[in-house]
Amino acid sequence: MMTCEEARPLLHGLIDGELSRAKAREVENHALSCRRCAAELAQFRQMRGAIRQESMTFAAPAALRARIEAAMPNPMPPRAAPSRRRLLQGFVLGAALSAAAAVGVVAVVSFTQHDRLMGEVLSAHLRSLQSPRLTDVAAADRQTLQPWFSGKVAVAPPVIDLAAAGFTLVGGRLDFLDGKPAAAMVYRRGTHVINLFVDAASTSGHVAAKGETLQGFSVQRWSDQGIRFIAISDLGADELHEFHTRFESALNAGA
Amino acid sequence: MMLAGRRRAGRARSAQCKTMAADVDDPERARRFRDAALPHLDEVYTLARYLIRNAADAEDAVQDCYLRALRHFDTFRGGPIRPWLFAILRNVCKSVYAQRRFAPEDEIADAPPLWGEAVETPEAHVLRQHDAVSIQAMLNALPGVFREVIVLREINDLSYDEIAGIVGVPIGTVMSRLARGRSMLRTAWLAAEETTP
Repeated sequence: MMTCEEARPLLHGLIDGELSRAKAREVENHALSCRRCAAELAQFRQMRGAIRQESMTFAAPAALRARIEAAMPNPMPPRAAPSRRRLLQGFVLGAALSAAAAVGVVAVVSFTQHDRLMGEVLSAHLRSLQSPRLTDVAAADRQTLQPWFSGKVAVAPPVIDLAAAGFTLVGGRLDFLDGKPAAAMVYRRGTHVINLFVDAASTSGHVAAKGETLQGFSVQRWSDQGIRFIAISDLGADELHEFHTRFESALNAGA
Repeated sequence: MMLAGRRRAGRARSAQCKTMAADVDDPERARRFRDAALPHLDEVYTLARYLIRNAADAEDAVQDCYLRALRHFDTFRGGPIRPWLFAILRNVCKSVYAQRRFAPEDEIADAPPLWGEAVETPEAHVLRQHDAVSIQAMLNALPGVFREVIVLREINDLSYDEIAGIVGVPIGTVMSRLARGRSMLRTAWLAAEETTP
C-alpha cells in the first residue's frame, strides 16, 4: 500500500497524465482511502483548471517582431541580396529602435512603418489560424455582418461573397492594425484561409494593388475610396492576386 | 528546381563546420528558420515574460534568443521546434541575467520539500477562480525554479519529458518541482481568497 509521502508528488503525475496506467491506478486507490490526498488532488485539479481557463499568454509586441525580422537576412526577391552588411544594418536598426524607445522618441521611418504594419498583419493572420476563433460572426450576408461591425470599426467593410469564383466568405472578425480596430473578413479556398483586413486608408484615391511575400505568405494590398484593403493567405501570389481582381470587380459592379 | 534547393541546403550543411557565421547569411537557410521559428514568437515571448518578469528585458532576451537560434539552426535535429527555442531562451535568460534575478534562486531548488505547506489547507475547500492578472502576480512571486516548470507545463503545455530536456534535470525532478511549486501557489491562492471579498 502506498503511503501519503510516496503519493503526494505522484498526485501531480496523475493530474498531468504522465503516469503509467498501473501507477495511476495505485495513486487513485491511495486517494480513495486517504481523505487528505483526495482533497489535495481535487484542489490541484481546480487550480490547474482555473489557470487554464484564463488567458495567461502575452502577444509579442509588433516592434519586437520587426526588430527580429530586421536582423535576419531577407530572402524575398524585391529586396537586395542579403549580405553581412545587411545583417549589421539590422543590428544597428535594432539598437537604434531600442535607443529611441528608451528616450521616448518615436522614430518615423517609412520603411520600418511598412515593416511594422506587415508584421502586425502576419501576426494577426497567424493568431487567427491558431485561435479556435477564426471568426467572431460566422455569416456571409450583409444583413448579419454590417450591423455587427457598425460602431466597432471606423470603416464599414464591403460584404462580398466570392463563392462562385471559389473564394467563400465564411465570416468576420474584429482585429487590430496600427493600434486601431480593423475589420477582418475571412474567406476560404479549399483548406486555405484568406484574411482580408479592412480599415481607413490615408488617402481617398485609388492605390493600385501591390503584392509581396512575407515569410512564405502572400500579401496583396490596395486602397480605394478611402478604404485600405490588405489580404494575406498561404495561397500562391497569383491566386491571391486573382482574389483581389475578383473582389475589386465585384465591388465595382455592386457600386 | 527542387533538386537545386536540396543541393544548396546540403552544401550549406557541409560548409557549416568551417564557417558557422557565414551561414547566417544563407537566405534559404534563413527562410527555413523563419518558417519554423517565427510562428512561435508569441509563445517564446510569453515564456520570457514569466522567466524575467519585466517586459523590456523580456524583449531583449527574445531577440537574442532568435538570433542565437538562427546562428545555431544547424544543431536543430528536427521534431518539435518549441522545446529547442525554449531551451535557448532559458540559456539566454540565465547567462544575461545570471547576476540579477534568475540564477540565485537555483540554490533552494533541491532543498527538502516543505510538505507542511499543505497542512493548514482545510479539507474539501473548493478553490475560487482568480483572474489572469492575479494568477500572473502569484506565479511571478514563486522562486524561479518552480515558476519555470509550472509555466512550461500549464501555459506552454509541454510534457514532463520536454520540460526535463529544457531544464536539464531528470523527469522525477520535474514532477517534484511541480508538486512543490503548486503547493506554494496554492498557499498564495488561498491567501488571496482571504484578502479579496
